[in-house]
Amino acid sequence: MKEAKGKVFKFGDNVDTDVIIPARYLNTTDHAELAAHCMEDIDKTFIQNVKEGDIIVANKNFGCGSSREHAPIAIKAAGVSCVIAETFARIFYRNSINIGLPIVECKEAATEIAAGDTVSINFDTGVITDETTGKTYQGQAFPPFMQKIIDSEGLVNYINAK
Amino acid sequence: MAGMTMSQKILAAHAGLTEVKPGQLIEADLDLVLGNDITSPVAIKEMEKFNTKSVFDKDKIALVPDHFVPNKDIKSAENCKCVREFAKRNSITNYFEVGQMGIEHALLPEKGLTLPGDLIIGADSHTCTYGALGAFSTGVGSTDMAAGMATGKAWFKVPSAIKFDLVGELPKYVSGKDVILHIIGMIGVDGALYKSMEFTGEGVKALSMDDRFTIANMAIEAGGKNGIFPVDEKTIEYLKEHAAGKEYKTFEADPDAEYDEEYTIDLSSLKSTVAFPHLPENTHTFDDIDEIKIDQVVIGSCTNGRIDDIRMAAEILKGRKVADGIRCIIIPATQAIYMQAMEEGLLKIFIEAGAVVSTPTCGPCLGGYMGILASGERCVSTTNRNFVGRMGATDSEIYLASPAVAAASAVTGKLSQPSEL
Repeated sequence: MKEAKGKVFKFGDNVDTDVIIPARYLNTTDHAELAAHCMEDIDKTFIQNVKEGDIIVANKNFGCGSSREHAPIAIKAAGVSCVIAETFARIFYRNSINIGLPIVECKEAATEIAAGDTVSINFDTGVITDETTGKTYQGQAFPPFMQKIIDSEGLVNYINAK
Repeated sequence: MAGMTMSQKILAAHAGLTEVKPGQLIEADLDLVLGNDITSPVAIKEMEKFNTKSVFDKDKIALVPDHFVPNKDIKSAENCKCVREFAKRNSITNYFEVGQMGIEHALLPEKGLTLPGDLIIGADSHTCTYGALGAFSTGVGSTDMAAGMATGKAWFKVPSAIKFDLVGELPKYVSGKDVILHIIGMIGVDGALYKSMEFTGEGVKALSMDDRFTIANMAIEAGGKNGIFPVDEKTIEYLKEHAAGKEYKTFEADPDAEYDEEYTIDLSSLKSTVAFPHLPENTHTFDDIDEIKIDQVVIGSCTNGRIDDIRMAAEILKGRKVADGIRCIIIPATQAIYMQAMEEGLLKIFIEAGAVVSTPTCGPCLGGYMGILASGERCVSTTNRNFVGRMGATDSEIYLASPAVAAASAVTGKLSQPSEL
Protein backbone atom coordinates (compact mmCIF):
# COMPACT_ATOMS: atom_id res chain seq x y z
CA MET A 1 0.00 0.00 0.00
CA LYS A 2 1.45 3.36 -1.01
CA GLU A 3 -1.07 5.62 0.65
CA ALA A 4 -3.94 5.64 3.09
CA LYS A 5 -6.84 7.98 3.60
CA GLY A 6 -9.64 7.95 6.12
CA LYS A 7 -11.44 9.39 9.10
CA VAL A 8 -9.58 9.66 12.40
CA PHE A 9 -10.37 7.82 15.63
CA LYS A 10 -8.39 9.47 18.43
CA PHE A 11 -6.95 7.84 21.56
CA GLY A 12 -4.63 8.99 24.36
CA ASP A 13 -1.44 7.70 26.01
CA ASN A 14 -0.57 4.05 26.80
CA VAL A 15 -3.36 2.35 24.84
CA ASP A 16 -2.58 -1.22 25.90
CA THR A 17 -3.12 -4.49 24.04
CA ASP A 18 -5.67 -5.57 26.67
CA VAL A 19 -8.06 -2.82 25.57
CA ILE A 20 -7.17 -3.26 21.88
CA ILE A 21 -8.20 -6.92 22.07
CA PRO A 22 -9.23 -8.21 25.52
CA ALA A 23 -7.75 -11.58 26.53
CA ARG A 24 -11.23 -13.09 26.83
CA TYR A 25 -11.21 -13.19 23.00
CA LEU A 26 -7.73 -14.70 22.67
CA ASN A 27 -9.14 -18.20 22.45
CA THR A 28 -9.49 -17.59 18.71
CA THR A 29 -7.06 -16.82 15.90
CA ASP A 30 -9.82 -15.91 13.42
CA HIS A 31 -9.12 -12.43 12.06
CA ALA A 32 -12.76 -11.41 11.56
CA GLU A 33 -13.70 -12.60 15.03
CA LEU A 34 -10.80 -10.64 16.56
CA ALA A 35 -11.78 -7.55 14.55
CA ALA A 36 -15.33 -7.75 15.92
CA HIS A 37 -13.93 -6.97 19.40
CA CYS A 38 -11.26 -4.46 18.38
CA MET A 39 -10.90 -1.59 20.92
CA GLU A 40 -13.91 -2.98 22.81
CA ASP A 41 -12.67 -2.13 26.31
CA ILE A 42 -11.69 1.45 25.48
CA ASP A 43 -14.43 2.41 22.97
CA LYS A 44 -17.44 0.12 22.72
CA THR A 45 -18.76 1.95 19.63
CA PHE A 46 -15.47 1.82 17.68
CA ILE A 47 -16.22 -1.34 15.75
CA GLN A 48 -19.71 -0.12 14.73
CA ASN A 49 -18.31 3.18 13.47
CA VAL A 50 -14.98 2.28 11.89
CA LYS A 51 -14.97 2.08 8.08
CA GLU A 52 -12.47 0.54 5.69
CA GLY A 53 -9.48 2.87 5.39
CA ASP A 54 -10.02 4.77 8.66
CA ILE A 55 -7.05 5.84 10.75
CA ILE A 56 -6.17 5.57 14.44
CA VAL A 57 -4.25 8.47 15.97
CA ALA A 58 -2.91 8.13 19.51
CA ASN A 59 -0.31 9.62 21.81
CA LYS A 60 2.64 7.88 23.43
CA ASN A 61 3.38 4.17 23.99
CA PHE A 62 0.57 2.83 21.78
CA GLY A 63 0.20 -0.95 22.02
CA CYS A 64 1.96 -1.41 25.35
CA GLY A 65 1.55 -4.61 27.35
CA SER A 66 1.25 -8.10 26.00
CA SER A 67 3.01 -9.47 22.92
CA ARG A 68 -0.28 -10.64 21.40
CA GLU A 69 -0.11 -10.21 17.64
CA HIS A 70 -3.89 -10.47 17.83
CA ALA A 71 -3.82 -6.70 18.60
CA PRO A 72 -2.41 -5.40 15.28
CA ILE A 73 -4.29 -8.25 13.51
CA ALA A 74 -7.59 -7.02 15.01
CA ILE A 75 -6.84 -3.42 14.02
CA LYS A 76 -5.88 -4.38 10.48
CA ALA A 77 -8.84 -6.73 10.08
CA ALA A 78 -11.20 -4.00 11.35
CA GLY A 79 -10.23 -2.05 8.22
CA VAL A 80 -7.85 0.47 9.78
CA SER A 81 -5.35 1.61 7.15
CA CYS A 82 -2.75 3.19 9.41
CA VAL A 83 -1.95 3.95 13.06
CA ILE A 84 -0.21 7.26 13.78
CA ALA A 85 1.21 7.72 17.29
CA GLU A 86 3.78 9.76 19.16
CA THR A 87 5.53 6.50 20.09
CA PHE A 88 4.74 2.79 19.91
CA ALA A 89 5.54 0.06 22.42
CA ARG A 90 8.31 -2.02 20.87
CA ILE A 91 6.62 -5.41 20.50
CA PHE A 92 3.54 -3.80 18.91
CA TYR A 93 5.88 -1.91 16.57
CA ARG A 94 7.62 -5.12 15.45
CA ASN A 95 4.35 -7.00 15.13
CA SER A 96 2.79 -4.29 12.97
CA ILE A 97 5.73 -4.29 10.57
CA ASN A 98 5.80 -8.08 10.52
CA ILE A 99 2.11 -8.41 9.58
CA GLY A 100 2.03 -5.40 7.25
CA LEU A 101 -0.06 -2.96 9.30
CA PRO A 102 1.22 0.52 8.39
CA ILE A 103 2.28 2.57 11.42
CA VAL A 104 3.86 6.02 11.57
CA GLU A 105 5.57 7.81 14.45
CA CYS A 106 4.94 11.56 14.46
CA LYS A 107 4.58 13.59 17.64
CA GLU A 108 3.13 16.73 16.06
CA ALA A 109 0.53 14.85 14.03
CA ALA A 110 -0.39 12.73 17.05
CA THR A 111 -0.90 15.85 19.15
CA GLU A 112 -2.66 18.12 16.67
CA ILE A 113 -4.90 15.88 14.56
CA ALA A 114 -8.44 15.78 15.96
CA ALA A 115 -11.00 13.00 16.09
CA GLY A 116 -13.17 12.97 12.98
CA ASP A 117 -10.60 14.76 10.77
CA THR A 118 -9.91 13.26 7.37
CA VAL A 119 -6.23 12.39 7.10
CA SER A 120 -4.12 11.01 4.28
CA ILE A 121 -0.65 9.48 4.47
CA ASN A 122 1.85 8.98 1.67
CA PHE A 123 3.99 6.03 2.72
CA ASP A 124 6.73 6.80 0.17
CA THR A 125 7.41 10.25 1.56
CA GLY A 126 6.08 9.82 5.11
CA VAL A 127 3.99 12.97 4.68
CA ILE A 128 0.79 13.06 6.72
CA THR A 129 -1.88 15.53 5.55
CA ASP A 130 -4.80 16.58 7.74
CA GLU A 131 -7.22 17.34 4.92
CA THR A 132 -9.70 18.88 7.36
CA THR A 133 -7.25 21.54 8.58
CA GLY A 134 -4.93 21.53 5.56
CA LYS A 135 -1.89 21.03 7.75
CA THR A 136 0.92 18.63 6.81
CA TYR A 137 3.37 16.71 9.00
CA GLN A 138 6.51 14.73 8.30
CA GLY A 139 6.32 11.24 9.77
CA GLN A 140 9.49 9.45 10.76
CA ALA A 141 10.98 7.34 7.94
CA PHE A 142 11.67 3.64 8.54
CA PRO A 143 15.24 2.35 8.31
CA PRO A 144 15.72 0.75 4.84
CA PHE A 145 15.73 -2.79 6.30
CA MET A 146 12.30 -2.33 7.87
CA GLN A 147 11.04 -0.61 4.73
CA LYS A 148 11.96 -3.77 2.82
CA ILE A 149 9.81 -5.88 5.17
CA ILE A 150 6.97 -3.40 4.78
CA ASP A 151 7.34 -3.39 0.98
CA SER A 152 7.21 -7.20 1.06
CA GLU A 153 3.93 -6.85 3.01
CA GLY A 154 5.32 -8.64 6.03
CA LEU A 155 8.18 -10.71 7.40
CA VAL A 156 7.12 -14.06 5.92
CA ASN A 157 7.21 -12.77 2.33
CA TYR A 158 10.48 -10.96 3.03
CA ILE A 159 12.15 -14.14 4.29
CA ASN A 160 10.70 -16.26 1.49
CA ALA A 161 12.05 -13.81 -1.10
CA LYS A 162 15.55 -13.85 0.36
CA MET B 1 34.37 3.60 20.25
CA ALA B 2 32.74 3.36 23.68
CA GLY B 3 32.49 -0.03 25.36
CA MET B 4 29.42 -2.20 25.10
CA THR B 5 26.70 -2.97 27.62
CA MET B 6 26.11 -6.57 28.70
CA SER B 7 23.07 -6.78 26.37
CA GLN B 8 25.02 -5.38 23.42
CA LYS B 9 27.81 -7.91 23.93
CA ILE B 10 25.39 -10.84 23.83
CA LEU B 11 23.76 -9.48 20.67
CA ALA B 12 27.15 -8.92 19.00
CA ALA B 13 28.28 -12.46 19.83
CA HIS B 14 25.13 -13.93 18.29
CA ALA B 15 25.42 -11.79 15.17
CA GLY B 16 29.05 -12.84 14.59
CA LEU B 17 30.24 -9.27 15.15
CA THR B 18 33.01 -7.97 17.38
CA GLU B 19 31.08 -4.82 18.19
CA VAL B 20 27.63 -3.31 17.79
CA LYS B 21 26.28 0.14 18.55
CA PRO B 22 22.84 1.36 19.62
CA GLY B 23 20.41 1.69 16.72
CA GLN B 24 22.31 -0.78 14.53
CA LEU B 25 20.08 -3.38 12.85
CA ILE B 26 21.45 -6.90 13.12
CA GLU B 27 20.40 -10.44 12.33
CA ALA B 28 21.32 -12.83 15.12
CA ASP B 29 21.27 -16.57 15.85
CA LEU B 30 18.79 -17.71 18.48
CA ASP B 31 19.39 -20.18 21.31
CA LEU B 32 15.71 -20.65 22.14
CA VAL B 33 12.33 -19.74 20.64
CA LEU B 34 9.32 -19.87 22.96
CA GLY B 35 5.56 -19.83 22.49
CA ASN B 36 2.43 -20.49 24.55
CA ASP B 37 -1.14 -21.60 23.82
CA ILE B 38 -2.25 -18.06 22.87
CA THR B 39 0.61 -17.04 20.60
CA SER B 40 1.77 -20.36 19.11
CA PRO B 41 -1.40 -21.11 17.10
CA VAL B 42 -0.97 -17.78 15.25
CA ALA B 43 2.72 -18.61 14.68
CA ILE B 44 1.91 -22.13 13.49
CA LYS B 45 -0.49 -20.69 10.88
CA GLU B 46 2.29 -18.32 9.75
CA MET B 47 4.80 -21.20 9.63
CA GLU B 48 2.72 -22.78 6.86
CA LYS B 49 3.42 -19.77 4.64
CA PHE B 50 7.20 -20.22 4.78
CA ASN B 51 8.98 -21.97 1.94
CA THR B 52 10.70 -24.10 4.58
CA LYS B 53 7.97 -25.90 6.49
CA SER B 54 10.28 -27.55 9.03
CA VAL B 55 11.70 -26.12 12.25
CA PHE B 56 15.35 -25.06 12.44
CA ASP B 57 16.15 -27.16 15.54
CA LYS B 58 13.65 -29.29 17.44
CA ASP B 59 15.70 -28.91 20.64
CA LYS B 60 15.71 -25.10 20.57
CA ILE B 61 11.98 -24.51 20.57
CA ALA B 62 9.89 -24.54 23.74
CA LEU B 63 6.10 -24.81 23.56
CA VAL B 64 4.30 -24.27 26.85
CA PRO B 65 0.51 -24.26 26.91
CA ASP B 66 -0.06 -22.29 30.13
CA HIS B 67 -2.42 -19.35 29.59
CA PHE B 68 -5.84 -20.99 29.29
CA VAL B 69 -4.63 -24.42 30.41
CA PRO B 70 -6.03 -26.81 31.65
CA ASN B 71 -8.36 -25.87 28.78
CA LYS B 72 -10.93 -23.35 29.90
CA ASP B 73 -13.32 -23.79 26.97
CA ILE B 74 -13.69 -25.49 23.60
CA LYS B 75 -11.85 -22.81 21.64
CA SER B 76 -8.90 -22.94 24.07
CA ALA B 77 -8.90 -26.71 23.77
CA GLU B 78 -8.69 -26.38 19.97
CA ASN B 79 -5.73 -23.97 20.30
CA CYS B 80 -3.93 -26.41 22.60
CA LYS B 81 -4.68 -29.25 20.21
CA CYS B 82 -3.10 -27.22 17.41
CA VAL B 83 0.06 -26.67 19.51
CA ARG B 84 0.19 -30.30 20.66
CA GLU B 85 -0.12 -31.64 17.11
CA PHE B 86 2.49 -29.21 15.81
CA ALA B 87 4.88 -30.29 18.58
CA LYS B 88 4.31 -33.94 17.72
CA ARG B 89 4.64 -33.40 13.96
CA ASN B 90 7.97 -31.62 14.44
CA SER B 91 9.24 -33.82 17.30
CA ILE B 92 9.65 -30.73 19.51
CA THR B 93 11.72 -31.83 22.52
CA ASN B 94 10.49 -29.17 24.91
CA TYR B 95 6.72 -29.39 24.70
CA PHE B 96 5.15 -29.44 28.14
CA GLU B 97 1.78 -31.14 28.53
CA VAL B 98 -0.56 -30.59 31.49
CA GLY B 99 1.10 -32.50 34.30
CA GLN B 100 4.57 -31.27 33.34
CA MET B 101 3.44 -27.80 32.34
CA GLY B 102 4.03 -24.72 34.45
CA ILE B 103 3.91 -20.99 33.80
CA GLU B 104 6.47 -20.65 31.00
CA HIS B 105 8.79 -18.08 32.60
CA ALA B 106 9.02 -20.04 35.84
CA LEU B 107 9.22 -23.38 34.05
CA LEU B 108 11.99 -22.84 31.49
CA PRO B 109 14.68 -21.65 33.96
CA GLU B 110 13.68 -24.46 36.32
CA LYS B 111 14.21 -26.96 33.47
CA GLY B 112 17.63 -25.48 32.69
CA LEU B 113 16.55 -24.28 29.24
CA THR B 114 17.60 -20.64 29.70
CA LEU B 115 21.30 -20.05 30.29
CA PRO B 116 23.61 -17.08 30.79
CA GLY B 117 24.71 -15.50 27.53
CA ASP B 118 21.80 -17.03 25.57
CA LEU B 119 19.81 -15.07 23.02
CA ILE B 120 16.15 -15.95 23.51
CA ILE B 121 12.94 -14.75 21.91
CA GLY B 122 9.49 -15.69 23.07
CA ALA B 123 6.03 -14.89 21.81
CA ASP B 124 5.13 -13.63 25.24
CA SER B 125 6.01 -10.19 26.54
CA HIS B 126 7.39 -11.49 29.84
CA THR B 127 10.12 -13.45 28.05
CA CYS B 128 12.43 -10.75 29.46
CA THR B 129 12.39 -12.80 32.72
CA TYR B 130 15.47 -14.85 31.74
CA GLY B 131 17.65 -11.77 32.00
CA ALA B 132 17.81 -12.72 35.68
CA LEU B 133 20.22 -15.47 34.59
CA GLY B 134 22.31 -13.17 32.41
CA ALA B 135 20.60 -14.04 29.11
CA PHE B 136 19.41 -11.53 26.52
CA SER B 137 15.76 -12.45 26.25
CA THR B 138 12.91 -10.46 24.84
CA GLY B 139 9.26 -10.73 23.92
CA VAL B 140 8.15 -10.75 20.29
CA GLY B 141 4.96 -11.54 18.40
CA SER B 142 3.79 -14.67 16.67
CA THR B 143 5.27 -13.86 13.23
CA ASP B 144 8.71 -13.33 14.78
CA MET B 145 8.23 -16.61 16.63
CA ALA B 146 7.33 -18.34 13.35
CA ALA B 147 10.37 -16.86 11.60
CA GLY B 148 12.53 -17.87 14.58
CA MET B 149 11.21 -21.44 14.47
CA ALA B 150 11.79 -21.66 10.71
CA THR B 151 15.19 -19.97 10.44
CA GLY B 152 16.73 -19.87 13.93
CA LYS B 153 17.31 -16.17 13.46
CA ALA B 154 15.68 -12.86 14.32
CA TRP B 155 16.35 -9.21 13.49
CA PHE B 156 17.07 -6.77 16.28
CA LYS B 157 17.68 -3.08 16.63
CA VAL B 158 20.59 -2.89 19.09
CA PRO B 159 19.22 -1.14 22.18
CA SER B 160 20.84 1.55 24.27
CA ALA B 161 20.56 0.99 28.01
CA ILE B 162 19.62 2.38 31.40
CA LYS B 163 21.83 1.31 34.30
CA PHE B 164 20.37 0.63 37.73
CA ASP B 165 23.09 0.49 40.35
CA LEU B 166 21.63 -1.40 43.32
CA VAL B 167 23.13 -0.86 46.77
CA GLY B 168 22.18 -2.07 50.25
CA GLU B 169 19.81 -4.86 51.26
CA LEU B 170 16.02 -5.08 51.23
CA PRO B 171 14.20 -4.80 54.57
CA LYS B 172 12.03 -7.69 55.85
CA TYR B 173 8.80 -8.13 53.81
CA VAL B 174 10.17 -5.98 50.97
CA SER B 175 11.02 -7.99 47.87
CA GLY B 176 11.93 -7.93 44.19
CA LYS B 177 8.36 -6.90 43.33
CA ASP B 178 8.73 -3.73 45.38
CA VAL B 179 12.05 -2.98 43.64
CA ILE B 180 10.60 -3.20 40.15
CA LEU B 181 7.35 -1.39 41.05
CA HIS B 182 9.46 1.38 42.61
CA ILE B 183 11.51 1.64 39.40
CA ILE B 184 8.44 1.66 37.13
CA GLY B 185 6.89 4.34 39.33
CA MET B 186 10.08 6.36 38.97
CA ILE B 187 10.66 6.10 35.21
CA GLY B 188 7.11 5.40 33.95
CA VAL B 189 5.56 2.73 31.74
CA ASP B 190 7.56 3.96 28.75
CA GLY B 191 10.62 5.03 30.71
CA ALA B 192 12.78 2.31 29.18
CA LEU B 193 11.04 2.15 25.77
CA TYR B 194 13.22 0.20 23.27
CA LYS B 195 16.03 0.06 25.87
CA SER B 196 17.84 -2.50 28.00
CA MET B 197 17.49 -2.24 31.76
CA GLU B 198 20.80 -3.38 33.21
CA PHE B 199 20.82 -4.10 36.94
CA THR B 200 24.19 -4.06 38.62
CA GLY B 201 26.00 -3.11 41.82
CA GLU B 202 26.78 -4.76 45.14
CA GLY B 203 23.08 -4.80 46.05
CA VAL B 204 22.49 -7.55 43.47
CA LYS B 205 24.36 -10.05 45.67
CA ALA B 206 21.73 -9.90 48.40
CA LEU B 207 18.83 -10.46 46.00
CA SER B 208 17.59 -14.05 45.72
CA MET B 209 17.27 -15.57 42.25
CA ASP B 210 13.49 -15.40 42.65
CA ASP B 211 13.74 -11.66 43.38
CA ARG B 212 15.86 -11.24 40.25
CA PHE B 213 13.35 -13.18 38.12
CA THR B 214 10.58 -10.90 39.38
CA ILE B 215 12.57 -7.75 38.61
CA ALA B 216 13.65 -8.84 35.11
CA ASN B 217 10.11 -10.12 34.43
CA MET B 218 8.58 -6.65 34.70
CA ALA B 219 11.16 -4.78 32.58
CA ILE B 220 8.46 -4.83 29.87
CA GLU B 221 6.15 -2.86 32.18
CA ALA B 222 8.64 0.01 31.89
CA GLY B 223 8.65 -0.46 28.09
CA GLY B 224 12.06 -2.18 28.23
CA LYS B 225 13.35 -4.48 25.53
CA ASN B 226 15.09 -6.61 28.12
CA GLY B 227 16.17 -6.59 31.75
CA ILE B 228 19.46 -8.20 32.67
CA PHE B 229 21.53 -9.12 35.72
CA PRO B 230 25.21 -10.02 35.98
CA VAL B 231 26.09 -13.66 36.63
CA ASP B 232 27.33 -14.17 40.21
CA GLU B 233 27.69 -16.97 42.79
CA LYS B 234 23.92 -17.19 43.29
CA THR B 235 23.34 -17.56 39.55
CA ILE B 236 25.97 -20.30 39.39
CA GLU B 237 24.38 -22.09 42.36
CA TYR B 238 20.99 -21.91 40.62
CA LEU B 239 22.47 -23.32 37.41
CA LYS B 240 24.18 -26.17 39.27
CA GLU B 241 20.77 -27.18 40.58
CA HIS B 242 18.76 -26.66 37.39
CA ALA B 243 21.17 -26.93 34.46
CA ALA B 244 23.89 -29.27 35.68
CA GLY B 245 26.44 -30.13 33.02
CA LYS B 246 25.24 -27.52 30.53
CA GLU B 247 27.77 -25.14 29.04
CA TYR B 248 27.22 -21.43 28.90
CA LYS B 249 29.13 -18.23 28.36
CA THR B 250 29.00 -15.25 30.68
CA PHE B 251 29.22 -11.66 29.52
CA GLU B 252 29.96 -8.51 31.48
CA ALA B 253 29.39 -4.90 30.53
CA ASP B 254 32.58 -3.03 29.59
CA PRO B 255 33.72 -0.58 32.27
CA ASP B 256 33.39 2.23 29.71
CA ALA B 257 29.97 1.15 28.40
CA GLU B 258 27.67 4.09 27.74
CA TYR B 259 24.23 4.37 29.30
CA ASP B 260 21.42 6.80 28.45
CA GLU B 261 20.68 7.19 32.14
CA GLU B 262 22.06 5.85 35.41
CA TYR B 263 20.16 5.45 38.67
CA THR B 264 21.37 4.39 42.09
CA ILE B 265 18.76 2.55 44.12
CA ASP B 266 19.31 2.01 47.83
CA LEU B 267 17.44 -1.23 48.49
CA SER B 268 17.42 -0.62 52.24
CA SER B 269 15.31 2.52 51.71
CA LEU B 270 12.54 0.75 49.77
CA LYS B 271 9.10 0.07 51.23
CA SER B 272 6.20 -2.15 50.26
CA THR B 273 4.96 -0.62 47.01
CA VAL B 274 1.58 -0.94 45.29
CA ALA B 275 0.63 0.03 41.73
CA PHE B 276 -2.90 1.42 41.66
CA PRO B 277 -5.30 1.07 38.73
CA HIS B 278 -4.88 1.31 35.78
CA LEU B 279 -1.15 1.56 35.10
CA PRO B 280 1.89 -0.13 36.69
CA GLU B 281 3.47 3.34 37.08
CA ASN B 282 0.75 4.55 39.49
CA THR B 283 2.78 3.49 42.50
CA HIS B 284 2.15 4.28 46.15
CA THR B 285 3.71 3.24 49.44
CA PHE B 286 1.60 2.77 52.55
CA ASP B 287 2.56 6.26 53.69
CA ASP B 288 -0.14 7.60 51.38
CA ILE B 289 -2.66 4.78 51.10
CA ASP B 290 -6.11 5.26 52.62
CA GLU B 291 -8.44 2.37 53.41
CA ILE B 292 -9.14 0.38 50.25
CA LYS B 293 -11.51 -2.54 50.73
CA ILE B 294 -10.98 -5.50 48.44
CA ASP B 295 -12.84 -8.56 47.14
CA GLN B 296 -10.10 -10.87 45.93
CA VAL B 297 -6.40 -11.68 46.26
CA VAL B 298 -4.33 -13.50 43.64
CA ILE B 299 -0.87 -14.81 44.51
CA GLY B 300 0.90 -16.35 41.52
CA SER B 301 1.85 -15.65 37.87
CA CYS B 302 5.16 -15.52 36.00
CA THR B 303 6.00 -12.51 38.17
CA ASN B 304 5.39 -13.95 41.63
CA GLY B 305 4.48 -17.64 41.59
CA ARG B 306 7.91 -18.98 42.60
CA ILE B 307 8.81 -20.78 45.82
CA ASP B 308 10.07 -17.63 47.61
CA ASP B 309 6.71 -16.01 46.85
CA ILE B 310 4.68 -19.00 48.00
CA ARG B 311 6.77 -19.26 51.19
CA MET B 312 6.24 -15.58 51.94
CA ALA B 313 2.47 -15.94 51.49
CA ALA B 314 2.52 -18.96 53.82
CA GLU B 315 4.58 -17.15 56.45
CA ILE B 316 1.91 -14.48 56.62
CA LEU B 317 -1.15 -16.74 56.35
CA LYS B 318 0.12 -19.29 58.91
CA GLY B 319 -2.32 -19.49 61.82
CA ARG B 320 -4.43 -16.71 60.33
CA LYS B 321 -7.66 -16.68 58.33
CA VAL B 322 -8.60 -15.08 55.05
CA ALA B 323 -11.09 -12.33 55.95
CA ASP B 324 -14.81 -13.06 55.55
CA GLY B 325 -16.01 -12.54 52.01
CA ILE B 326 -12.52 -12.41 50.47
CA ARG B 327 -11.50 -14.92 47.80
CA CYS B 328 -7.80 -15.74 48.08
CA ILE B 329 -6.41 -17.69 45.11
CA ILE B 330 -2.87 -19.07 45.28
CA ILE B 331 -1.24 -20.46 42.14
CA PRO B 332 2.21 -22.07 42.42
CA ALA B 333 3.80 -21.45 39.01
CA THR B 334 5.08 -24.96 38.26
CA GLN B 335 4.53 -28.56 39.32
CA ALA B 336 7.92 -28.57 41.08
CA ILE B 337 7.00 -25.46 43.07
CA TYR B 338 3.61 -27.02 43.87
CA MET B 339 5.37 -30.18 45.10
CA GLN B 340 7.87 -28.18 47.14
CA ALA B 341 5.02 -26.23 48.73
CA MET B 342 3.27 -29.48 49.54
CA GLU B 343 6.38 -31.02 51.10
CA GLU B 344 6.98 -27.93 53.22
CA GLY B 345 3.38 -28.02 54.46
CA LEU B 346 2.51 -24.69 52.81
CA LEU B 347 -0.57 -26.01 51.01
CA LYS B 348 -2.02 -27.05 54.36
CA ILE B 349 -1.43 -23.56 55.73
CA PHE B 350 -3.27 -22.05 52.75
CA ILE B 351 -6.22 -24.41 52.94
CA GLU B 352 -6.53 -23.95 56.72
CA ALA B 353 -6.48 -20.19 56.19
CA GLY B 354 -9.38 -20.47 53.75
CA ALA B 355 -7.45 -19.85 50.55
CA VAL B 356 -7.71 -22.01 47.40
CA VAL B 357 -4.67 -23.49 45.66
CA SER B 358 -4.73 -24.02 41.90
CA THR B 359 -2.78 -26.03 39.36
CA PRO B 360 -0.25 -23.87 37.45
CA THR B 361 -1.93 -21.48 34.99
CA CYS B 362 -1.70 -17.85 33.89
CA GLY B 363 -5.52 -17.88 34.24
CA PRO B 364 -6.61 -14.82 36.20
CA CYS B 365 -3.61 -12.58 35.42
CA LEU B 366 -4.93 -11.83 31.96
CA GLY B 367 -8.61 -12.30 32.72
CA GLY B 368 -8.69 -15.80 31.26
CA TYR B 369 -10.34 -17.77 34.04
CA MET B 370 -9.79 -18.93 37.66
CA GLY B 371 -10.61 -15.62 39.31
CA ILE B 372 -12.36 -13.17 36.96
CA LEU B 373 -13.55 -9.94 38.56
CA ALA B 374 -17.15 -8.71 38.43
CA SER B 375 -18.16 -5.12 37.92
CA GLY B 376 -16.79 -2.80 40.60
CA GLU B 377 -14.69 -5.48 42.32
CA ARG B 378 -11.16 -4.91 43.57
CA CYS B 379 -8.26 -7.35 43.62
CA VAL B 380 -4.82 -7.18 45.20
CA SER B 381 -2.68 -9.23 42.85
CA THR B 382 0.96 -10.26 42.60
CA THR B 383 0.62 -10.27 38.79
CA ASN B 384 2.14 -7.70 36.44
CA ARG B 385 -0.57 -5.60 34.76
CA ASN B 386 -3.48 -3.58 36.07
CA PHE B 387 -4.85 -2.24 32.80
CA VAL B 388 -8.57 -1.56 32.32
CA GLY B 389 -10.39 -4.90 32.12
CA ARG B 390 -7.22 -6.95 32.49
CA MET B 391 -8.74 -9.34 35.07
CA GLY B 392 -12.40 -9.02 34.19
CA ALA B 393 -15.01 -6.26 34.11
CA THR B 394 -13.78 -2.95 32.70
CA ASP B 395 -14.74 -1.18 35.93
CA SER B 396 -12.98 -3.68 38.19
CA GLU B 397 -9.69 -2.64 39.79
CA ILE B 398 -6.33 -4.37 40.18
CA TYR B 399 -3.73 -3.33 42.76
CA LEU B 400 -0.33 -4.82 41.91
CA ALA B 401 1.73 -5.78 44.94
CA SER B 402 4.21 -8.21 46.46
CA PRO B 403 3.20 -11.62 47.86
CA ALA B 404 3.68 -10.21 51.39
CA VAL B 405 1.23 -7.35 50.77
CA ALA B 406 -1.22 -9.61 48.92
CA ALA B 407 -1.27 -12.17 51.76
CA ALA B 408 -1.61 -9.47 54.43
CA SER B 409 -4.48 -7.93 52.45
CA ALA B 410 -6.24 -11.31 52.27
CA VAL B 411 -6.22 -11.42 56.08
CA THR B 412 -7.49 -7.86 56.67
CA GLY B 413 -9.84 -7.59 53.68
CA LYS B 414 -8.26 -4.30 52.70
CA LEU B 415 -5.04 -3.24 51.04
CA SER B 416 -2.52 -3.81 53.87
CA GLN B 417 1.15 -4.34 54.57
CA PRO B 418 2.36 -7.14 56.87
CA SER B 419 3.10 -4.76 59.77
CA GLU B 420 -0.65 -4.11 60.07
CA LEU B 421 -1.32 -7.68 61.17
